[in-house]
Amino acid sequence: MDTFQLIILLLDATLRTSTPLILAALAGMFSERSGTINLALEGMMLGGAFSAAAVAFYVGSPWVGLLAAIATTIALSLLHGFACITHKGNQVVSGMAINILMSGLTALVGIALFAQGGKTPALDKGSRFQPITFPGADAVQDVPVLGLIYSELLSGHNILVYVAFLAVPAAWWVMYRTRFGLRLRAVGENPGAVDTAGIGVVAMRYRAVICSGVLVGMSGAYLSTAQGASFLQDMTAGKGYIALAAMVFGKWRPFPALAACLLFGFLDAAATRLQGVVLPGIGEVPVQLVQALPYILTVILLAGFIGRAIPPKALGRPYVKER
Amino acid sequence: MSKTVELPRWIDVGALPLLNLLLALVVSGLVVLAIGENPVQVVEILLYGAFGYEEAWGYTLYYTTNFIFTGLAFAVAFHCGLFNIGAEGQAYIGGLGVTLAALYLDFLPFPIMLVVAMLAAMIFGAAWAYIPAYLQARRGSHVVITTIMFNFIASSLMVYLLVNVLRPEGSMTPESEQIAEHLRLPFIHDIAGALGIEMASSPLNLSFVYAIVISVMVWLFIWHTRWGYAIRTVGANAVAATYAGLEPGRFIIIAMMISGALSSFVALNEVMGVQHRLLIDFTAGYGFVGIAVALMGRNHPFGIFLAALLFGMLYQGGAELSFEIPTISNDMVVVIQGLVILFTGAMEHMFRPRVTKIYTSWRLRQDAGEAA
Repeated sequence: MDTFQLIILLLDATLRTSTPLILAALAGMFSERSGTINLALEGMMLGGAFSAAAVAFYVGSPWVGLLAAIATTIALSLLHGFACITHKGNQVVSGMAINILMSGLTALVGIALFAQGGKTPALDKGSRFQPITFPGADAVQDVPVLGLIYSELLSGHNILVYVAFLAVPAAWWVMYRTRFGLRLRAVGENPGAVDTAGIGVVAMRYRAVICSGVLVGMSGAYLSTAQGASFLQDMTAGKGYIALAAMVFGKWRPFPALAACLLFGFLDAAATRLQGVVLPGIGEVPVQLVQALPYILTVILLAGFIGRAIPPKALGRPYVKER
Repeated sequence: MSKTVELPRWIDVGALPLLNLLLALVVSGLVVLAIGENPVQVVEILLYGAFGYEEAWGYTLYYTTNFIFTGLAFAVAFHCGLFNIGAEGQAYIGGLGVTLAALYLDFLPFPIMLVVAMLAAMIFGAAWAYIPAYLQARRGSHVVITTIMFNFIASSLMVYLLVNVLRPEGSMTPESEQIAEHLRLPFIHDIAGALGIEMASSPLNLSFVYAIVISVMVWLFIWHTRWGYAIRTVGANAVAATYAGLEPGRFIIIAMMISGALSSFVALNEVMGVQHRLLIDFTAGYGFVGIAVALMGRNHPFGIFLAALLFGMLYQGGAELSFEIPTISNDMVVVIQGLVILFTGAMEHMFRPRVTKIYTSWRLRQDAGEAA
């Protein structure tokens, strides 16, 4: 296999591994831009993945599974909102609680429903999202360079991959070009001013966490019905936190967050390929180091060594209306 | 606004948390119902599994020990206004300290070794907490995110070390060598046996006693020392603390390092007390349970002890439960844990307005009665 083909395959894998991160990072962005910390991404993703796989198994359609995942994550978002926005509870604690709760609940319900040790039964072809082959992909396969890029890299992914990449410009447009986006950003920066302008802070924040729920639901469904073919216990394995890290890395903005997700996805894809490979001059790179790189990079970024990441001003502060 | 009366302390620190806890348990009961089991039977098995026989007690208190350490760790940081989500990683790295000390200094006699191992655990745990603390204090990066990241980094680091460095030659399992026999913490049943008291064997060891000593020390530290006062001041209002001549950054670092050191004592219980070697993921989520324990215990060592006991009971009873009812796995405990954190931590204010209203109207009526 020549180097070019290797690179294409690596990038191809990158697109697949970064898809759930992109959706979840955008989800985190909507919530956090409105001032609500969303540490619950991990747990919501898990809940979404479970609902998608379970419902897709019963109904036999990945689309219904996707809807179930979104319904689940919206419900969890509302729970998070109820604790953080309505009851002004601690947002970090609520997020952690949802993560722990979903880690247990998905396994428990999984065992109760399917008795397979927390797994859901394997989904058949019709209940999963299938790869979409672009027109003429096979025909151009042998064209040098472009053929491979078109047929391998761009074609042959499932719908959710394309949705994730389209969601980035869409999120940007909503965030920066609509009235809703303007208000959403404003409640995260200065809720008092928004309130003075006669816009309900609580309602805005609820809308933001619902947007967050829709996106993270797709991310969960992707894991269990597109990338995989069933739900496995704790299958998110920290992806929610990685997405959060990517969002911070992208400074709470859609396109930089996409770049961070691609970087983290690339590291993930590379880690699998680097196993046991000896690099010239460096020696064997420990896989664990590559796996830890997203976290290390995020810490370095947060410390301000790669530019400053300034969170929304009102992030983490419940809004108390003055009387 | 209508007139309200301040809630008395017993409602604030006693009744309200209990009400929230009750709600968490009721919802847990509903979950049990939803998966088609009988909640009453579940509670019976849980209680029997946790306290029904001597060995069960030992296991319950052994889990309690870990939760006391991580609960105290979270509480000390919390008093300084910090969320230390990193107890898991700090305990893990603390385990590395204990193991290295025990493996490389195995010629030391037990009493000296005990001190050395404790110091090693504390230094490793505190050092792991120092980096996020430093970054928060001096560079403004949020400790919640950095400690989460540090949990993952610790996990990767330990997998690397256990697979490539600490694994004895010829062994396939990624775990360290056993520590020497004379360096292990005595089990409580052995101590009791030496004193002539017959006791069922369990993993409960000397570190339980140590956990209680540490609880008292943390109580003294937080409420009866200068540093403790400074930490609480910074936690209450960092700006005011600055005007009072305190440097918040300094106390953020101190509180986090103490927190890391406290987390690391989990390793004392696990590595020196029970497993006698360093295992992959020996922290098993104890760091996260610590958050629930501290929140439930209102960050007071006595409350933390009670909450740790509750979770020790849930862990041990839950193990019995998964044995007795196959459809209920250990995950039930995780669910309860999540609900407890949700209701006692995130939604702690949910009942307050209502309770305040009821209490106020009751007081006003009483006052009116007295006046008449």
